[in-house]
Amino acid sequence: MFGIHARPAGGLRWVLAALPFVILVLVYTFASDVRHRANPSDKILPTAGQMVDAVDRMAFTRDTRSGNYVMLADTVASVRRLALGVVLAASVGLLLGLNMGLFPGLYATANPFVTFVSMIPPLSILPILFITLGVDELAKVALIFIGITPVITRDVAAYVARIPREQITKALTLGASPLALTYRVILPQVWPRLIENVRLSLGAAWLFLIAAEAIAANEGLGYRIFLVRRYLAMDVILPYVLWITALGFAFDWALRTLSRKAFRWNVAGEKT
Amino acid sequence: MSTPGFLRIEDLYKSYGPKRVLDNVDLAVERGELCTLVGPSGCGKTTLLRQILGEEFPDAGTVHLEGRPLGHPDTRRGIVFQRYSLFAHLTVLDNVLLGRQLTTGALERWRRRREFRDEAMRYLERMRLAEHAAKYPHQLSGGMQQRVAIAQSLILKPQILMMDEPFGALDPDTREDMQLFLLELWEQQKMTVFFVTHDLEEAVFLGTRIIVLSQYYQDDRGDTPTPNRGAKIVADYQLPRAALSTDVKRSPEFAELVARIRREGFDPEYRRHVREFNLSHPHSFRTLTEDEQRSGAGG
Repeated sequence: MFGIHARPAGGLRWVLAALPFVILVLVYTFASDVRHRANPSDKILPTAGQMVDAVDRMAFTRDTRSGNYVMLADTVASVRRLALGVVLAASVGLLLGLNMGLFPGLYATANPFVTFVSMIPPLSILPILFITLGVDELAKVALIFIGITPVITRDVAAYVARIPREQITKALTLGASPLALTYRVILPQVWPRLIENVRLSLGAAWLFLIAAEAIAANEGLGYRIFLVRRYLAMDVILPYVLWITALGFAFDWALRTLSRKAFRWNVAGEKT
Repeated sequence: MSTPGFLRIEDLYKSYGPKRVLDNVDLAVERGELCTLVGPSGCGKTTLLRQILGEEFPDAGTVHLEGRPLGHPDTRRGIVFQRYSLFAHLTVLDNVLLGRQLTTGALERWRRRREFRDEAMRYLERMRLAEHAAKYPHQLSGGMQQRVAIAQSLILKPQILMMDEPFGALDPDTREDMQLFLLELWEQQKMTVFFVTHDLEEAVFLGTRIIVLSQYYQDDRGDTPTPNRGAKIVADYQLPRAALSTDVKRSPEFAELVARIRREGFDPEYRRHVREFNLSHPHSFRTLTEDEQRSGAGG
């Protein structure tokens, strides 16, 4: 079943995929059970029932103080920051990278700077962002933006620079101006690559978001996890982590589907 | 002053670093010629094409089209490459339309959209591709892709159509089909074609004129210290325009011609002197420098 000639069939493939998850759940349940038998008020490894109670409290009951559904408010706040940061980063990265890849003068100007910025560990400038931009939304969005823009820019620039010389010559012989070449001929070819890149950058974006929220925020998924940590509220933290994972999975799936549906020409993955 | 040559290259030199690739190349091509350029691999065929296309510029010498100097790539020259001629994100129809779309303003483009579309469809019909108009390039075979690329170039009616090994990536049968197809098209359209290939049989079969570019020759510049010589046009002559059939490729005359050109251009052991090049084509011209052909040296 695990040899190099193995070709696991449909049903078996699903069983194999589920196996690690099943093992994880079994080990957890066993460990949780052992701890609760020794100490019924254990908080470190909450039982499934305790976690369901916590989710019910956080997600389906109005908060007595604010009157909100806490988990919903946290999700909306986090996703808004994440989306804003990622969309800004993708827009700037696309425009800058596209032009850098096509215009050698701009590349010579911008590339060393972008490379320099990409080497700065984004979390190390978080204090600067909080000091200069305040502890509101702006600093958190800025951290995500600064963290992933250089990566996207460099990838788009490298991708555009690798577009065969023939394509550019061909467009010029068909009468393309530099502007038309950039935005009507090359840009449409870059979209699938950009989306792929954003998918890869989402993991980093989450990291920056949660780090920023952990330090200063009033709401947000990362804020909540670090808040309840003080009470060792694992029954809240674990469902939140699962929820963040599910959100990340959903975004990734949505982008992949969008790319496949919107860019049918790219399905073959081959350049002609 | 009227100088011969619709496309005219004079005293062209090109080096990459210390290595000279093109060495005092002169060439005049007249309107309506189907001119094929052959030569051993690495002799600088593509380099010469790039100078004409405007992707690169010569170190010395001039390139003129219709009496006007040529610069960066523009609509005066059409090009079909071996690969990457088509835009993967556009349908076949949009690929052919692209030239029209890029050369007209938004308003005119909208007013004449139906006219442009019909025109592009006519080209696709001529390429026998009408039923594939809505497909993307990756859904077509290699031969079909090259036919689209030809239509894409022709729609702007370039003064000269350049082709760089356009059939080099095709299987032999498709290749012959495409050769016949190109000949038919050339007869219909009376276009000027500059066709670069490393395949000698293809060059002889297609061309009305064959130009052989080669680094295998000798001149009076001496052999020591090792002269840094680049390729020259070592042969240039008219080809018999045979019937539109590939049968001619099997004839003994054809084989003889191919063998002769192979010896003249492709054999490192066989180096003719610059004075003895076979430049019998009526449009052929050349200027040699003093060094290359010393008047004192015996003939």
